[in-house]
Parts: sequence; C-alpha cells; structure tokens
Amino acid sequence: MTDTLEVKVWRGDSTGGRLVTYQVPQQPSQTILDVVTWIQREQDPGLSYRFSCRVGMCGSCAMMVNGIPRWTCRTHVQKVVQGNRLTIEPMRNMPVIKDLACNMDEFFSKWKLAEGQFQGSKTRLDAVEQLLPDSPKRVAANAAIECINCGICYAACDVVNWNSEYLGPAALNRAWSLVNDERDCNQQTRLKAVASDAGCHNCHSHQNCATYCPNELNPTASIAGLKRLASMAFLKGKI
Amino acid sequence: MLDTRLYLLQRISAMIMAPLVLLHLGVMIVAIQGGLDSAEILSRTLWSLFWGGIYGLLVLVVSIHASIGLRVVVSEWLRIKGRSLNLISWAIFIFLVVMGIRAVMAVTTV
Repeated sequence: MTDTLEVKVWRGDSTGGRLVTYQVPQQPSQTILDVVTWIQREQDPGLSYRFSCRVGMCGSCAMMVNGIPRWTCRTHVQKVVQGNRLTIEPMRNMPVIKDLACNMDEFFSKWKLAEGQFQGSKTRLDAVEQLLPDSPKRVAANAAIECINCGICYAACDVVNWNSEYLGPAALNRAWSLVNDERDCNQQTRLKAVASDAGCHNCHSHQNCATYCPNELNPTASIAGLKRLASMAFLKGKI
Repeated sequence: MLDTRLYLLQRISAMIMAPLVLLHLGVMIVAIQGGLDSAEILSRTLWSLFWGGIYGLLVLVVSIHASIGLRVVVSEWLRIKGRSLNLISWAIFIFLVVMGIRAVMAVTTV
C-alpha cells in the first residue's frame, strides 16, 4: 500500500468542467466517500458532493469511480484503486449541478411517469389485507423491493444514455414491485405507463443495472417481467 | 420508441422467421450437393406456389423484423425521433419488401 493516493476529481458545473488532481493520504479501511470528504475538509472547501447516512441506506452518495457507478460510502478504496490512482466523477446520465452533485429531478420524475406510487382502495375502516409471504406475487415483489433510489442503475444504463426519455431501470423496477402488490388498485394505468413508447420494451437486457446495483437487485429481470405482463395485456386488448 | 405493438411484432416475426431460415439453410445444403446450378434451382422454384409462398412469407417477416430492429438502432445511435423516425422505419420496410419480392418473383416466374 502506497502512502498517497492520486485522486482526480471532476470540478465544474452545468456549463462544463475538468478533472483536478489531489494528493490524499491513504488510510486502512478508507472509503471513496472518506477520500472526497478529506479533500473537502483539508484541501478544497469549495468541493460539492452529496451524502447522508454513510452506511449504505440512503442512496445519496453515488458517484462514478474509475468510470463505474458506485455507492461511495460502502466502496473501499483498496477494492477499486488502480495503482494509486482514483478518478471520481459525477453520475453519468444526469445533469451536473456542481462538481460531484447531480440533478436527480428527471430520475425521480420518471418514477412518477411509471406510476411508481402505491394506490390502495381500502380505508382505515377496512380490515388489514392478508398477504401470504410465500405467495408468488409477494416473492416477486420482495426481489425488487430493497431499492434505495441511489441512481446507480440509471447511471449504468446504456439505453438511458442513448434515449433520454427511457424510464430507466429504477423506475421500472419500482413499477414491477407495485405490479406484484395485490393491494394496489392502479394496475391497468401502471401497465399502460410502463409499456409506453419510453417504457420497458426499450430495455436491451444488457444487465448493467443488475451488475452494478449495490443491493444486488436485478432490474433487468423486473423489466422482463413487465414486458411479459404488458405483452399479455396487449394481446388480450387490455392496454 | 418501441411500444408493445412494435415489440410484439418483432418477436412474432422472429418466431416465424426461425423455422423458415432453418428450412432455407437445409434446402441450400441439399441443393448444392451436385454443384450449384441455376437450372436446378429454377426447376424447383419456377411456378411453385409452395416455394413462392415460403419465400414470400420470409421476405415479409424479415422486412418487419429488420425495419423494427433498425428503427431502434437509428433512434439510439443517430438520436432521431418522432415523425422522422417513423418515416425512416417505413422506408426501410418498403425497400426490403420491394427488393425481396423482386427476388422471389425472379425465381418463381418467367
């Protein structure tokens, strides 16, 4: 282990920017977020970035590290460093606000476009719905439900890169977990939304989302499920 | 750029295409056993409703499949959308149908 890391950090805003090199002392068990925080505290207080929980729950600290989207609070330097070099950039496929902080408006707007909000039909006066934990729908929903909205899959997705209107893996994965929620009463509208021109059928199954998802979810499988359901609904004339 | 209708059209055309391609390859392998001979090919295909139908269907499904596939490539790589994208997709479809049907006519009619 060398003593010093050579860290290139992207500095700039929506009008453009460049990589600036910093020398950062290497520490045992150091994370990428530790490196960025050290730069801000010790070398350049003007560096902007986003983080919150530091334990992999909130999904706010994702950045590109050596060209790959990662949750920086849970990414150890030792696992990703190349020689003693690191390159840290803002997330791909999202407009930059400043330095390493991106604008995630579009990312979250697409969750709404994919009808990613639960819609129930019961009131507080109704009995609580009984859901069997091992029912096929509940198992399918479980597989997709642990998303922390970090945007890593969205940054990794080539289809989003080529087609800015594409809803993207996170929004479609969310839709899949709701499609399998037996309490939800908005299924037809949701299926129509995810099968739209910018929806699930545009996925090429490259599986970048599944490869880089820090929670090891498989949005590609969720999207394949949506394709299947949307196709069946179309053939039955329901959407 | 790909809705459910186009997505299904591309999958269904692929399903029809697969056995037709296998049949075509099989016939080619058998047909060239005695050397490649245009008279022998024409003796099989000329005025044949069966081969005309098989290759006519193949031309149609290939044209559907390829024009939707190229639509995706054109949209993603050249960033063309909307009306222009529809026009290009139709142009590719018509080009492939016309060229394909011409080829089928050439071996089934005089």
